[in-house]
Amino acid sequence: MADLRSNFVGIKSPNPFWLASAPPTDKAYNVVRAFKAGWGGVVWKTLGEEGPPVVNVNGPRYGAIWGADRRLLGLNNIELITDRDLFVNLAEIKQVKRDWPDRAVVVSIMVPCDEESWKAILPLVEETGADGIELNFGCPHGMSERGMGSAVGQVPEYVEMVVRWCKQYTRMPVITKLTPNIADIRKPARAAHAGGTDAVSLINTINSITAVNLDTFSPEPSIDGRGTHGGYCGPAVKPIALNMVAEIARDAQTRGMPISGIGGVTTWRDAVEFMALGAGNVQVCTAAMTYGFKIVEEMITGLSNYLDEKGFSSVDEVVGRAVPNVTDWQYLNLNYVTKARINQELCISCGRCHIACEDTSHQAITNMIDGKRMFVVKDEECVGCNLCVNVCPVEDCITMEQIPGGMMDERTGHRVPDHYANWTTHPNNPMAKAKEPAE
Amino acid sequence: MAQGQFLTGIAAGRLAADQYAENFSDLHEPFSGHEARVEADRCYFCYDAPCMTACPTAIDIPMFIRQIATDNPVGSAKTIFDQNILGGMCARVCPTETLCEEACVREAAEGKPVQIGRLQRYATDVAIAEGVQFYERAAPTGKRIAVVGAGPAGLACAHRLAMHGHEVTIFDAREKAGGLNEYGIAAYKSTQDFAQAEVDYVTAIGGITIETGKALGRDISIGQLSEDFDAVFLGMGLGGVNALRSEGETAASNAVDYIAELRQARDLSALPIGRRVVVIGGGMTAVDMAVQAKLLGAEEVTICYRRGKEYMNASLYEQDLAAAAGVAIRHWLSPKAVLTADGKVTGIELEYTRLENGVLAGTGESLTLPADQVFKAIGQTFLAAALNGSGAAIEMEGGRIRVDGEGRTSMPGVWAGGDCVADAREDLTVAAVAAGRDAAESINRALMGGANG
Repeated sequence: MADLRSNFVGIKSPNPFWLASAPPTDKAYNVVRAFKAGWGGVVWKTLGEEGPPVVNVNGPRYGAIWGADRRLLGLNNIELITDRDLFVNLAEIKQVKRDWPDRAVVVSIMVPCDEESWKAILPLVEETGADGIELNFGCPHGMSERGMGSAVGQVPEYVEMVVRWCKQYTRMPVITKLTPNIADIRKPARAAHAGGTDAVSLINTINSITAVNLDTFSPEPSIDGRGTHGGYCGPAVKPIALNMVAEIARDAQTRGMPISGIGGVTTWRDAVEFMALGAGNVQVCTAAMTYGFKIVEEMITGLSNYLDEKGFSSVDEVVGRAVPNVTDWQYLNLNYVTKARINQELCISCGRCHIACEDTSHQAITNMIDGKRMFVVKDEECVGCNLCVNVCPVEDCITMEQIPGGMMDERTGHRVPDHYANWTTHPNNPMAKAKEPAE
Repeated sequence: MAQGQFLTGIAAGRLAADQYAENFSDLHEPFSGHEARVEADRCYFCYDAPCMTACPTAIDIPMFIRQIATDNPVGSAKTIFDQNILGGMCARVCPTETLCEEACVREAAEGKPVQIGRLQRYATDVAIAEGVQFYERAAPTGKRIAVVGAGPAGLACAHRLAMHGHEVTIFDAREKAGGLNEYGIAAYKSTQDFAQAEVDYVTAIGGITIETGKALGRDISIGQLSEDFDAVFLGMGLGGVNALRSEGETAASNAVDYIAELRQARDLSALPIGRRVVVIGGGMTAVDMAVQAKLLGAEEVTICYRRGKEYMNASLYEQDLAAAAGVAIRHWLSPKAVLTADGKVTGIELEYTRLENGVLAGTGESLTLPADQVFKAIGQTFLAAALNGSGAAIEMEGGRIRVDGEGRTSMPGVWAGGDCVADAREDLTVAAVAAGRDAAESINRALMGGANG
């Protein structure tokens, strides 16, 4: 049995599944239920400064998009940071940590962007015995209008400055939570790194409007006929999150910096994918908010079975395993030639591969052979784009097959070179040509 | 259990009053909006979809299903009605398991096709309930067309002709329009008087007059119609019932007559049915009869078919429906004599059969089943006598009217379609609709001087 224990920047938990700072971690009642269900840790919902707490809207806070049968694919929210009193939260955090010493309890914080505010709150959090803090530089709605959350996260200089203060005023590990609402995620990550952060966590939610009510013309969720952009999360954001995690993991300046992966993690498989791209652990919110805390059982057993099957003895052996395989487009092997292959025995003749290719791609799939409905790839037209694989409703019916080096590519009429070659050396690349004489 | 359940002989009121409504409610509950969208989402929106090819009226099935999936049932209904103005009834009565749903790629993939029939019903129900009319009549042409028979073929033909701006008069021998939809479909497939609602929906386009109680050969003649109208479309059904050729045949009842009576009955508890019922036949009518006998409270209902299961015209789905209703289906039994005593049916004597060199033959062994009622459902025939009688005769083929690819008969100005014609189409409601629609287009071309006139 693989060891699922996790040690993330010195914060230990029995497994790498944490609940993200969000409604499920707003109070002891929920967090205790989560720990009973088996969650390895929580990031307590964001605390604000001392004083009257923020208020939330009293109408709908969530919007959603659904797949078939109302399967929740994406959720957005306009909830703010905790609207409970700071000292109530601190007391509960202290009690929970005392009762659950083996679980990770990290506290999310968001206070105004000045040194005094941060200096004031850090000792209060430290006093609870919490394992670490997470700086909420991500929240894209409401708080950002007040100069906090993503308003800080979008300015790398602010990120670095606040991280520096935190490292100065607390001994607790600092995790900097990044907003994806930015052009280049590496910039704030580098800033956090420069400020001395112990780790980054990402992604926070994405600015979004989930829907418009076509009767009232109000954005959803609708508050008295009006709406605002909320933070988008859930399975739909996972690809965006994976890329951002990978960008930081492979960046020369931030390589090796611990990452807590967040964004649509719903199953053990999602979690392993984040880890393979460099995340040391994962944080979950939407999946728990959709199905309840019990899903962690599936995540734990799924991860355990996967590690056993692959012969890995611990979670750490997976972390970053896919990072070396993430590269820039220019380094992809242009001599890797593939053709689609349609398994006629599995084919159910829906014709989607044909029409997708015919209408929108390369006219490389038949729909009729000898007067019979039949879908076969024309190698002389197929560029190996994979669209047919993606639109085929039958698993493994269409696969991509590599044309080995030395064999003929019917499309180009040339034999496939059996060596690696990429754009940087391609004759069509003006940059490559310019470089050649110098070499 | 109701008191009447075990009354001997033929008796009405075998069931408790509320049991009738339950037994004869919709065979399939209509989809709710959410159910319809979930089911619609299963459709793969196939290219050159096999379901569409399998549909005799060539409805753009992937498109209407996608319109349901996107919460556009009214648009969906128009896609259906464009090809099949009786799409509402076809959704209920089509043997989809041997048409569109058999061709569905999900049937190939997982043995569970998209429920196309139920989706079609959902969309058409929405449009009909909202009274949405999609078609406007073209400018009046001044042309008048007579349609004989207000069944699926006649109604489809009349609607398309009215669309083109012609004036249509439909003549029907029965009291009500609708044909088999009104008189022949099993009651649990067309509940809440849907057949009449559909007739109203179809004729709401305008320009269609229906004259009921007018039978060809009795009240009207082709010769007269040809003189009075610019064109004639014949869309009659099958008026004759095949003979058992067994002793005591006169004691047996016609399933189609009983089904018609059942469909018209206002109070099913007043409709007498035998305690033990035998139905002779192997097609849809046999199943409709047997299942309804069971639903009326018959204790023992047996279908006897002279060949094996694989030869039955009733689809496997219909056979299962019968079995689920508690009907016993027995094969390789041919009727020899309907047994009576004091003028009442007491049973039926049958002989076992087998195939000898491909020919059906009796084995000599016989069996007697006690029965209070024997129904024959062994096929219907076209009664041609009413057709001719004045002027030139219409050519026939295999006992039905010969037509060409456009539905033209041998008589100029006379078209025909549906059960009364000899063509490759099956005797299905949906095939009759296609024939009526296509003949209307041919008539329009002929009258308006189109290329194929």
